[in-house]
Amino acid sequence: MSASSNEPEETRPARKLRFEIFRYDPARPGVEPHLDRFELEEQPYMTLYIALNRIREEQDPSLQFDFACRSAVCGSCGMMINGRPGLACSTLTAKLPDEIRLHPLPAFKLVGDLSVDTGTWFRGMAEQVEAWVHERAPFDPEAPEERMDDDLAQAIYEGERCIECGCCVAGCGVANVRPTFVGPAGLNRIARFALDPRDARGEDEWFELVAHEDGVFGCLGLMACHDVCPKELPLLDQYAYLRRKVLGAGRSDLLQIGGSEGDSA
Amino acid sequence: MQGVRTTDVLVIGGGLAGERAAIEAATAGLDVVLLSLVPPRRSHSCAAQGGMQAALGNCTKAEGDDPTLHFVDTVKGSDWGADQEVARIFADEAPVAVRELAHWGVPWTRVRPGRNTYFVKGERVEIEEPEDKAGLIMHRNFGGTAKWRACYAAAGTGHAVLYAVDGEVVRLGIEVLDRMEALSLVHEGGRCFGAVVRCLRTGTLGALLAKATVIATGGHGRIYGAHTTNATINEGTGAALALATGVVPLGNMEAVQFHPTGLVPSGILVTEGCRGDGGHLLNARGERFLVDLEPEKQELASRDVVSRHMMQQIKDGLGVDSPVGSHLWLDLRHLGEKHLATKLREVKDICRDFLGIDPARERIPVRPTQHYSMGGIRVNKDGQAYAMQGLFAVGEAACWDMHGFNRLGGNSLAETVVSGRVVGQRIVEFARRASLDASAALASEFAVEAEKRVAAWLARPSGGASVFDVRDAMAEVMLSQVGVFRTGPELEQAVEALRQQQRRLDSASLRYTGPGLNPELTFALRLEGMLRLARITAQGALERTESRGAHARLDHPDRDDAAFLTRTLARWSDGADEPKLTSEPVGLIDLPPGDRGYGKTTTREMSVSIEAYNAGVETAWRAEGWLPTAEPVGSRLPEGDWEERNLSRPTPDRIE
Repeated sequence: MSASSNEPEETRPARKLRFEIFRYDPARPGVEPHLDRFELEEQPYMTLYIALNRIREEQDPSLQFDFACRSAVCGSCGMMINGRPGLACSTLTAKLPDEIRLHPLPAFKLVGDLSVDTGTWFRGMAEQVEAWVHERAPFDPEAPEERMDDDLAQAIYEGERCIECGCCVAGCGVANVRPTFVGPAGLNRIARFALDPRDARGEDEWFELVAHEDGVFGCLGLMACHDVCPKELPLLDQYAYLRRKVLGAGRSDLLQIGGSEGDSA
Repeated sequence: MQGVRTTDVLVIGGGLAGERAAIEAATAGLDVVLLSLVPPRRSHSCAAQGGMQAALGNCTKAEGDDPTLHFVDTVKGSDWGADQEVARIFADEAPVAVRELAHWGVPWTRVRPGRNTYFVKGERVEIEEPEDKAGLIMHRNFGGTAKWRACYAAAGTGHAVLYAVDGEVVRLGIEVLDRMEALSLVHEGGRCFGAVVRCLRTGTLGALLAKATVIATGGHGRIYGAHTTNATINEGTGAALALATGVVPLGNMEAVQFHPTGLVPSGILVTEGCRGDGGHLLNARGERFLVDLEPEKQELASRDVVSRHMMQQIKDGLGVDSPVGSHLWLDLRHLGEKHLATKLREVKDICRDFLGIDPARERIPVRPTQHYSMGGIRVNKDGQAYAMQGLFAVGEAACWDMHGFNRLGGNSLAETVVSGRVVGQRIVEFARRASLDASAALASEFAVEAEKRVAAWLARPSGGASVFDVRDAMAEVMLSQVGVFRTGPELEQAVEALRQQQRRLDSASLRYTGPGLNPELTFALRLEGMLRLARITAQGALERTESRGAHARLDHPDRDDAAFLTRTLARWSDGADEPKLTSEPVGLIDLPPGDRGYGKTTTREMSVSIEAYNAGVETAWRAEGWLPTAEPVGSRLPEGDWEERNLSRPTPDRIE
């Protein structure tokens, strides 16, 4: 690469990366969960996608992990990277120390090694929050589209950008202990639809959906979700929007529920 | 999953095309089961970035647009390889499909009335968007189109559309079996009854029997190994399933699209929307080489044309040398920080995450990279596979065939939902009439066959080649000899090299033979099919001694409408060592073959009149296994519509 910003990487002698990877395969219940060690020579522009595939193809073909797009848009490859949830495909090894510890995301059912069942969790969440536009009238194929201000379209898109990788869920203190909590991704999803005028749900319905401890009041405000989100979603703003939306419903009793939020810890 | 289950409609593939077809069936009250290698929202549809073509004609630069113009652009883009009736159905239905997506919640970018700044052909221009269009769906410019037509949501269009469509799947309660792969189709006497499936959680086999089976597994770009923009899951599993029946043909497998702007070195897609919004391509001297080479369309000629010019620059020594190979530059710096942070946000993120650069300040290293499979399972206009009742295919997995030899940017995302809707209705009609008369014995026959295949892999003696090495060898052959430019001698070498890799795979062995999913076994099972698809791609390219769209033969540079206004069909009989290739007419011709308006071509003219050509289409199709459609051939192709629009007849640069 001739871009000047990339030169330091080229001139650096190749590092020896040392991986510690969590292993457990439910198909082999006799083998206890443990860590396996692998070594790999770093190469230019190496990501954890490249590294894990090299380990599987050259050293241990039984290693399980998930990738699909390998461009940080499909959300398949969330894992704990040196203790922090992140997308493996877009993590350049150059940004990591020589020692790299990889664990599966907590809060999801383990499929094997680094692979977790995010699909079932997110389908459940989508059903719980009814993550679709509740139509006001049936689609009319003859009619032009309903108009929308572009600023509003952009604001909806902002929340729509969530790729359901599960990093926020894994980083959430509440989601890890209370399976019914919709989690940061669920709250973001609700906020996205609550903002959308095409959705027919009224204030009472939003209230029912979020004004309890499986909803927005379950959040302890630790905001690890906001810090670890690979898409840098403005989760803080989304929760604030939801709280205002609920208060806007004119339910004064909410103020008390809001006050008891700390107790729910 | 274990044992045998039944349903009305089995959809194999959880991307946009499969989900949209499933919605059609579920809405009609049918029982639908949808299989997907990954949770549906992770399927490769989510990676489509820049847009979805539909002639709504909403913004100033789209004024006067309509489906006829979209049809004409699509046929020209295909280099007349498309079935024009299908291109017409597509162009007519796309606006409705886009509006339906708006109804389901896609946050399309909208028209902002008043003065807007754009970049057109290297110039900064200010254009007034009319007040009466305020808030309608906005368009951006894409390659090979007469008007701005691509509807978009920043550079995350596929993601936004997939989430809206999957939301409908959830709303309708459609059963999704994710991490589930079909290993073979259950069929007998030209009738498909479902599939034998393998669970990608446990490795367990089972069978799903259905009145109608739909393949929607996307493309097979991974036959080019890592030299593709495609996801790791785009391994042609569906095309391989159809091919393995021995009777269903694959169409035009030699038609392979290379996207001009794959990121170097990762191969990740950088959207055509970058050039649509005014981005430039530069060579090592910093020159916009396309200004002279394509005066009319410049950076926005069709993808096949731009990719060829780029590869020629690299061959001419005008590429930028780097440790990871020669490349060119995509320059977006002049678009400004705000534009990049909003309308091309995903591109900015990709540059940051994978190269550590900011496209507002630095140029992006790109080169043509395998991107799209125009070829696939050959189906009629109802989406029903040739020679197989009850088997349908939609989206990139299918050769429907609206793309011919080159697909226009933004037409694939549109195809997924349009074909899902259109074919979905035909699937409903079929499933309502059909009875599920498959015997359990037939299902278990195919399941036993699949079990044997798995067991044979596990029982192979150790010490054979690694399946990953065979894959790498296949990818190298495909990239170096079946790439952007092709020649007869190289293609002959490619066919022979792939034949050798097939033999090598026959004696390859697994390093791991443990229980459960076994990712190495999973890949080994797919690689058998991938090698067959690669073989057919190389063979088709060898036998097509002309240049058309993305198929560029240096030894046969002319488009030959006398001999090759055809679609290649490939079948692979059970137990055969070689595929069998035949050809058929592309379909009824309305827009006569001519000049595309970009990418200088010389053409050998048709040797028969269009009337005579058209008169032979249906008979020739029937001979290849085409199944009768709900409406007669040609019912959706209004004759001469393009002439009434006063569009000039395309004039070829003739030879002789």
